[in-house]
Amino acid sequence: MRNTVTIFQKEIKSYFASPIAYGLMAFFALISGYFFFAFTANFVERGIRMQMMGRGMPMDVNEWVIRPMLMNMSVVGLFVIPMITMRLFAEEKRLGTIELLATSPVRDLEIILGKWLAALVMYSAILALAGINTALLFLYGNPDWKPLLVGYLGLVLQGGTLLAIGAFISTTTRNQIIAGTATFAICLLLWVLDWASSYGTTSAAKVIAYLSVVTHFEPFAKGVIDSKDVIFYLSMIFFGLFLTSRSMESLRWRA
Amino acid sequence: MINVEGLTKRYARTIAVDNISFEVQKGQIVGFLGPNGAGKTTTMRVLTCFMPPTAGKASVAGFDVLEQPMEVKKRIGYLPELPPVYGDMEVIEYLRFVGRLKGIPKADLKRRVDEVIERCAVGEVRTRLISKLSKGYRQRVGLSQAIIHNPDVLILDEPTAGLDPKQIIETRSLIKSLAGDHTIILSTHILPEVEQTCEQVIIISRGKLVATDSVHNLTNRLRGSEAVAVEVEGRDGAVNSAVILQRLEKVPGVSRVLAKESRGQRHIFEIESLQGRAIRPDLARAVVESGWNLNELRPVAVSLEEIFLQLTASDEAATPAGGVKQ
Repeated sequence: MRNTVTIFQKEIKSYFASPIAYGLMAFFALISGYFFFAFTANFVERGIRMQMMGRGMPMDVNEWVIRPMLMNMSVVGLFVIPMITMRLFAEEKRLGTIELLATSPVRDLEIILGKWLAALVMYSAILALAGINTALLFLYGNPDWKPLLVGYLGLVLQGGTLLAIGAFISTTTRNQIIAGTATFAICLLLWVLDWASSYGTTSAAKVIAYLSVVTHFEPFAKGVIDSKDVIFYLSMIFFGLFLTSRSMESLRWRA
Repeated sequence: MINVEGLTKRYARTIAVDNISFEVQKGQIVGFLGPNGAGKTTTMRVLTCFMPPTAGKASVAGFDVLEQPMEVKKRIGYLPELPPVYGDMEVIEYLRFVGRLKGIPKADLKRRVDEVIERCAVGEVRTRLISKLSKGYRQRVGLSQAIIHNPDVLILDEPTAGLDPKQIIETRSLIKSLAGDHTIILSTHILPEVEQTCEQVIIISRGKLVATDSVHNLTNRLRGSEAVAVEVEGRDGAVNSAVILQRLEKVPGVSRVLAKESRGQRHIFEIESLQGRAIRPDLARAVVESGWNLNELRPVAVSLEEIFLQLTASDEAATPAGGVKQ
């Protein structure tokens, strides 16, 4: 446990000592800010139009702004995650510091957990900064905060899944660019998998669609915690970290 | 302290280390010698539990590297060829990180960090980013990292590679000062380094153990016959070097005399003895009794370099296929 904390602290420091953290935060805040603006503007315009047409139906901020915002953030996250995970192990391998970690009285699992948790906190920080947008809604409107929290929980779970996969890919190479590109490819793949369901209703298509990380996020965006989705994310995280530890072990055999 | 038995490490297509066995006693400094690619780093990586052996056993302080790696790791300090440092950390920050990683209790951490900073003379740069340090300082930070938890065994992979002569001397004396409390294995392909710092040598070539002995014994063992350099000066009038040569050849036990150089009255010879014969007293008497001056008489040491070449050359002749097998 102490070792995990040690590794975690080191990783967090190294994220925030480099421009990566700030760059990613700015990038993510900019894009989600744009989406926020677009959705809010659309919401307001629709509201005015409906009033003018005399059909003043109550409109839901959660449904018109927060939900699409969350869906978009979950997709933009796919682009950010490779940049967080690519250095995790690839850099250690390139610098040779992996030899320090592997010859210290520390278990592989402690190293992996420390690194993954640091990446998760980094990602959460990025999400939190973008959360300022939604905080503005509370100033001028009266949105329901519970679905928002559920949505954020979903984002963190989805992020955790992809970060675990990214961590695994990072152990397979000493080149950060390769690690980043491969992680990005996998992230995209896991996103577009749900399109498969629109091309067929066979059981194979269903299985493939089930693996899509974004499909499982949709209920969260609506404010629904479905145990099916939580279990999907948790098992994917476990699977990703398991692959990482196997891969780290195999480094020793192949070296 | 370190026990290696029949250690073999095979990569996909090559055998890096082939059935080597050796033992290192507590408190010794052992030089691990071999040309590049001989299997030094691989052996060290097995000893540090970085990678498991394909076959054979290795144990450190009585703990097997495969069965109790955690116990082994607690007891070793390892400096890989490339110091394992993070460029984005300050020296002191890095040492604290390694200290925690090595399991130093919180209460002792500050004291230990200060101690190694003092010992490895990195105080001047303690708050500098490691990426801004020179190679020599980086190496010293690497060494501080290896000794921070006061390990029983220190494993240093080419600790002086890439340093300038002054830094090399400093690093060597630092390593020497660490002996006693620590058992040290250091690998190198620089022979004088072993002669100067180590008590014991293990020579490997192409993955095979070629020799293991003390530096002193190894030099003696290979020097069956004695070589002596003699400078003779004629006392009055010129003396022909050929005359001296003839006289020296008559000394009992001499197998060969070589005239090396003549400068005016001074003549320098190199003389080899027959196996196991002491010839220096007789040589001295012969020169003086002939009425010449004996300016110099000194044994010519066989350097480790020659031993090394002899050993590895004969090994190559015996196994022309070398260590790389399909």
